[in-house]
Amino acid sequence: MAEIRVMRDELRPPDPPARRHLISIADLTRDDVERLLATARSFARSLEREVKKLPTLRGHTVVNVFYESSTRTSSSFELAAKRLSADTMSIKAAGSSVDKGESLKDTALTLAAYDPDVIVLRHPQIGAPQLVARVTEAHVVNAGDGKHQHPTQALLDLYTIQEEFGRIEGLHVAIVGDVLHSRVARSNIQALVLLGARVTLVAPPPLLPRGIEALGCSTSTEIGTIAAADVVYVLRMQQERMQEGTSYVPTLREYAARWGVTAERLRPGQKVMHPGPMNRGVEIDPAVADAPESLIETQVRAGLVVRMAVLYDLLTHGPVAAPALAIHEVA
Amino acid sequence: MLWARQTAKADLVIRGARVLDPVEGLDATVDVRIDGGTIAAIGHDLEANGHRVVDAAGLLLAPAFVDPHVHLRTPGREDEETIASGTAAAAAGGYCAVLAMPNTDPVVDSASILRALSGAAAQEAEIPVGFLAAISKASEGRQLTEMGELADCGAAGFSDDGRPVAEAGLLRRALQYGTITGRPLALHCEEPTLSRDGQMHEGAVSAELGFTGYPSVAESVMVERDLAIAAYEQLPLHVLHLSARESVDALARAQNAGLPVSGEATPHHLCLTDEAVRTLDPNVKMNPPLRADTDRAALVDGLRDGTIAAVATDHAPHARHEKEVPFEAAPFGVTGLETAFPALYTHLVEPGVLRLETVLERMSAGPARIFGLDRPRIEVGAAANVTLIDTNASWRVTEDGFRSRSTNSWLLGQTLRGKVRLTVAAGRVAFEQ
Repeated sequence: MAEIRVMRDELRPPDPPARRHLISIADLTRDDVERLLATARSFARSLEREVKKLPTLRGHTVVNVFYESSTRTSSSFELAAKRLSADTMSIKAAGSSVDKGESLKDTALTLAAYDPDVIVLRHPQIGAPQLVARVTEAHVVNAGDGKHQHPTQALLDLYTIQEEFGRIEGLHVAIVGDVLHSRVARSNIQALVLLGARVTLVAPPPLLPRGIEALGCSTSTEIGTIAAADVVYVLRMQQERMQEGTSYVPTLREYAARWGVTAERLRPGQKVMHPGPMNRGVEIDPAVADAPESLIETQVRAGLVVRMAVLYDLLTHGPVAAPALAIHEVA
Repeated sequence: MLWARQTAKADLVIRGARVLDPVEGLDATVDVRIDGGTIAAIGHDLEANGHRVVDAAGLLLAPAFVDPHVHLRTPGREDEETIASGTAAAAAGGYCAVLAMPNTDPVVDSASILRALSGAAAQEAEIPVGFLAAISKASEGRQLTEMGELADCGAAGFSDDGRPVAEAGLLRRALQYGTITGRPLALHCEEPTLSRDGQMHEGAVSAELGFTGYPSVAESVMVERDLAIAAYEQLPLHVLHLSARESVDALARAQNAGLPVSGEATPHHLCLTDEAVRTLDPNVKMNPPLRADTDRAALVDGLRDGTIAAVATDHAPHARHEKEVPFEAAPFGVTGLETAFPALYTHLVEPGVLRLETVLERMSAGPARIFGLDRPRIEVGAAANVTLIDTNASWRVTEDGFRSRSTNSWLLGQTLRGKVRLTVAAGRVAFEQ
């Protein structure tokens, strides 16, 4: 076979200016992630004050558009924008023109007429944030697009791990459950590998995507392997995966018995995380979810400061030498 | 049978082109004179005989192309393509004949629909067009169409393209019964329970992007099944739009065993891999999907060694608003008629991967042979089916440059080498620029 020119570079649209959007962890460098985490930490300190609101993004508009239901993500984005004094607007697909069959492009163009600085988008289809980024001038933050990416979830998970262990490099994280359908898993694998953690995916064979090892993780179908990890990250197991024609596993009962994260399967001192919402008794034993080793509540709190950092970072255009200092000045 | 509107036959002298007909063994810088739509003379310094003279110095004159696989969207989606616009696009791409797939709305599954189409084509087709009819009623894979009557009305072949013939038993009956028609069966090979919800090739890229994979085995297992039935019956069949290495291997094995089976590949599968999907551009979403580089290389090798005898564009126009959606929501398919030769020339001929002669043969004589059409040839006495190409011209593919009603090209924004300047189809000038 003769040499064949690879054409993928020619097909790529011109690179957008650096970090105009946050669509995928793959768009970030290690420096980007570390800066975002540092910024989030300084916001966490500022939130300990009596007056929690910062004037940092006064005059900016952040629009949250959610085509899928969400509690944590939508509320924390909204509060993050408010804490930074941005104007916010939240649109849910139900009750909007989306119900009347309006296309994503037309909805995006309608919102663009208000000149939002940031559009935060949650959408069930892969490629939705790219489309909005193409047709509007706003910075687009992906709050979950189908099974593709959920980058702010991964960032808040990194933040949580960093707060707990004081480092990420060298830690071993086992991600357990339905990796195939999980945008959280994909973003977390990329983010953890980027920061030097070791990642092992543990799942029933049909729920391990073929070729996923190319992201730099290892895989196992044996739940016992989680004992070797510092952090056990549990994914949500969805009922629809057991439907006729899509039998990834025979029953939830068998899944829980073989891959459920229970106290017996954990080693003392192992930390447990879950992106929520949990199916107690399926992928995670209630006792594990409520145990002191669980970092699940920390994750929720981290969501706020990390999303503040993401908005701040996008709207202040890039590297900030001393984010803590900058914030204390305005506070 | 092919249909086209009737306009004046050409009287032309094409002077000084490199005239290349690989099948005829012709490669010379000579003049070609066309009298009343027939090639009347090939030689040096031909008399003009009062004909218009085209100065073709530095250009390439080759047998015009034949596309065995296009979607003209008529009837039903005339907003996306019509017989007139699709054949105008084909002429601009250097084609002298195209075969349209029957997965329209309604499906071409009865003589009355086929007659209406051929009647329309005789009024508005810029180049000769033929129509395949469905294998099964509404292409639903349950009941055979009246293949005999459809063949009598001029069906160019039979296909349920867009969907597989899911039931092996029905395919066997179609092969058996189809022998009364003398027309080929063209099969879309896809095992639907393996490709279900699949958005792109299954592999490292789909794992990273989160798409449900459409594994190569979903195609190859069906190719193997269909070839096994063809072997059992010792009957011919044609495999549409091959995408997987295993499918090419299976086709080669069947051919080596003496079976009269053929296959085609599209320019996009020959030029791109699943890496292109990282852009999430809906214009790289098609069925079958772009696959790994080993698959692409196998297609190129198969085209070179003749296992794959035809390039087919699978020209699949889609309305702009249907492609301006998230990748996951977009329909499958890309256009290709106006870019097929330049794409292959730029990406495979110029870099030295394929010989120009090979590409010309697989775009013209190869598909003509499979479907029993007259081979476009540059020979005295033959009907003039030629295309004149400037292989030195560079041009940028833009949305406003298409004759097709749709612009969902995988090449938008790319600069290509090779531009068609003139197409003579069935003796008539169908395109000139």
